[in-house]
Amino acid sequence: MKFHRMKFPRGILALAVAAALTAFGSFAVRAQEADAPPRLSWSFAGPFGIYDPAQLQRGFKIYREVCSNCHSLKLVSFRNLADPGGPGFTEAQAAAIAASFQVTAGPNDQGQMYQRPGQIADYFPPPFPNEQAARAALGGKLPPDMSTLAKARSYEWGFPWFILDAFRMYQEDGPDYIHAIITGYTDPPPGFVLPPGGQYNKYFPGHAIGMPKPLSDGQVQYTDGTPMTVDQYGRDVAAFLMWAAEPTLDARKRLGFQVMIFLIVFTGLLYFTKKRVWHDVLHDAELQRPRAPTEYQH
Amino acid sequence: MSGYSTYKPQSPFMQWLERRLPIASLIHSSFIAYPTPRNLNYWWTFGGILTFMLGVQIVTGVVLAMHYTPQVDFAFDSVESIMRDVNYGWLLRYIHANGASFFFLAVYIHIARGMYYGSYKEPREVLWILGVILYLLMVVTGFMGYVLPWGQMSFWAATVITNLFSALPGIGDPIVTWLWGGYAVGNPTLNRFYSLHYLLPFIIAGVVVLHIWALHVVGQNNPTGVEPKTEKDTVAFTPYATVKDAFFIGLFCILFAYFIFYIPNYLQHSDNYIPANPGQTPTHIVPEWYYLPFYAILRAIPNKLAGVIALGLAIISLAFLPWLDTSRVRSANYRPAYRVFLLVFFAAVIGLGYLGSQEPTGGYVIAARILTLYYFGFLYVILPLLGLFETTKPLPNSISESVLREGSPAGASAPASGA
Ligand code: HEC
Ligand code: HEM
Repeated sequence: MKFHRMKFPRGILALAVAAALTAFGSFAVRAQEADAPPRLSWSFAGPFGIYDPAQLQRGFKIYREVCSNCHSLKLVSFRNLADPGGPGFTEAQAAAIAASFQVTAGPNDQGQMYQRPGQIADYFPPPFPNEQAARAALGGKLPPDMSTLAKARSYEWGFPWFILDAFRMYQEDGPDYIHAIITGYTDPPPGFVLPPGGQYNKYFPGHAIGMPKPLSDGQVQYTDGTPMTVDQYGRDVAAFLMWAAEPTLDARKRLGFQVMIFLIVFTGLLYFTKKRVWHDVLHDAELQRPRAPTEYQH
Repeated sequence: MSGYSTYKPQSPFMQWLERRLPIASLIHSSFIAYPTPRNLNYWWTFGGILTFMLGVQIVTGVVLAMHYTPQVDFAFDSVESIMRDVNYGWLLRYIHANGASFFFLAVYIHIARGMYYGSYKEPREVLWILGVILYLLMVVTGFMGYVLPWGQMSFWAATVITNLFSALPGIGDPIVTWLWGGYAVGNPTLNRFYSLHYLLPFIIAGVVVLHIWALHVVGQNNPTGVEPKTEKDTVAFTPYATVKDAFFIGLFCILFAYFIFYIPNYLQHSDNYIPANPGQTPTHIVPEWYYLPFYAILRAIPNKLAGVIALGLAIISLAFLPWLDTSRVRSANYRPAYRVFLLVFFAAVIGLGYLGSQEPTGGYVIAARILTLYYFGFLYVILPLLGLFETTKPLPNSISESVLREGSPAGASAPASGA
């Protein structure tokens, strides 16, 4: 048997590919165990997006007054509050904030650990001395450390969103999710059995979350006229936690823009250099000359 | 590597050196006078891109190592401290983490180029096998590097992957214990992975030297697959190949920088920002994207041992390509049937990659089995038979002739991009 020029029925091939893609697509939207968190618009999204210091300060207020009762923030230091690209506190303000926390220090000359007011170089002290203490106080559940939380949560958007998101520069899964958790407490649907100590949350995987609803309207006082709603609190604390997880975002975007401009100009110059260098090869009279096949034999 | 050189040392010092260590003429003949086919398209720039990426990984890696602590209680925090406290530490880490992905992106394109143009065929078998060895070394290096930040995915990927060896009958469990340095993934595992992750890139660099040496002995293939015959068929490496490579490295860097600066965590699993916790298994353990096709093959097969063997075979088989492919024509441009089967093969690998990222249930398993079947069917059935039956297109007499016949100037690209 001999194949004479394999002619491939291209139509069939195209159909098969299309069928395969739709099949994958429909798999991807299969029911997930939690609702998709709504995508919000963030000041720090996109190529030029940076943090809004006022929002970070509000978010910090919420962390300090509410979340810090249960959640640690152990990789963030008080001095970071005065770092550029952050909440924009002055050094004096950051030191005052530090002094309002009690930190464990020591041992002293008597070999004792002791409590003292925080200094600017200290890190945020944890609310519980250890994991067991936290679990004992919170019905067996452990509140995760918040230093990297905003980068440690995401949602599986599935095909084709995960490809589109690369073009849309979508990196805000984490803050979207945190906001969703804060605002997602509802009554369980009929028939849903909550385990003891669990609360129903639309956006928590499995829905039964061990954290009691942390915020309600008007709970934290804003002095700048920003609405004191759970939705707004959720946005502000999520922005603050994004900063806590990625404090160098502003610097990254700024340097990124400069690097991109440089690379585009430099690559453009390389392109024209390449054209110039290759010009003679591409317009070689000797090569254009017609020749008999025998001339190629060596 | 020598033999092309027209290098004549000018200064007295260079003449003195030349008689004692002819390094200048070696460099001259390898990177300046070395003749490259004039019709290479931009797919041929990925070798240079790979060399560049290896350099990027080594430079950023060595600096990261100055600040990293390979100890289970400090590893995660030391990486975070690099991100927060080290000057431009975030930049180093994002370059290195995304650099691994871009290294793999480049090597996949480089391998695909080789398969499309039949670059593995006689006399380039050794060159090709060295390439497969490089790829294997990259896989091991990348895997060990991913363990170092000691996040949840680091820990659990290490556990799952090392556990694969336990499928081997009899010797499996002792091997796993030996790899771990204990009875679970722990501090000894992290220490040795760090040591090896530092070592292997330099071994890769050594094999790259062999790879390029072999390349310079047999010369580059080209889009026609016809060996250069006259001097008109080639141009000097410098400036022609150098400037072309530099241009494409620039384009590659733009894409690379886009990821580093705008979506640095896009390719990373968010669970790896949770510190490793041996007591809590993540709901869904997935390896880095560049291992996904092989992960899908592993899971497509119901028997663990058979799955592990298939996984290994899927990679090792590439080394046998020169003998599995029975056709004497190199370039897919002159092999219409091979071209279609090969493009379907590439699509199958991408499809496997997608399936590897999904939970192995229902339709996914069936799809993965079909694609796995095609993967091996292509290598072990289609390739050997195709060479015997396929009618190929007439080859040009020479590179220059093909350039003229296509009516486009030499140096212009064959399949995709224009010069
Ligand atoms: C009363 C203690 C308490 C307070 C106050 C608290 N949390 Fe929590 N939080 C928890 C516990 C406990 C968990 C673990 C829940 C679980 O795993 O079911 C948790 C979990 C979370 C999670 C993670 C959900 C996940 O995906 O694992 C987020 C996000 C969160 N809290 C945000 C906040 C924010 C923001 C605040 C401040 C507005 C806050 N919490 C205040 C106790 C608290
Ligand atoms: C660290 C990884 C690698 C580096 C740094 C590297 C580097 C290079 C360089 C610089 C070239 C010459 C330029 C070119 O033709 O593109 C080259 C050629 C080549 N490489 Fe690699 N390579 C790597 C991995 C691989 C792998 C994994 C394979 C295949 C499995 C491979 C197969 C080849 C082949 C066949 C050639 C000759 C290409 C031709 O002329 O057609 N390489 N490599």
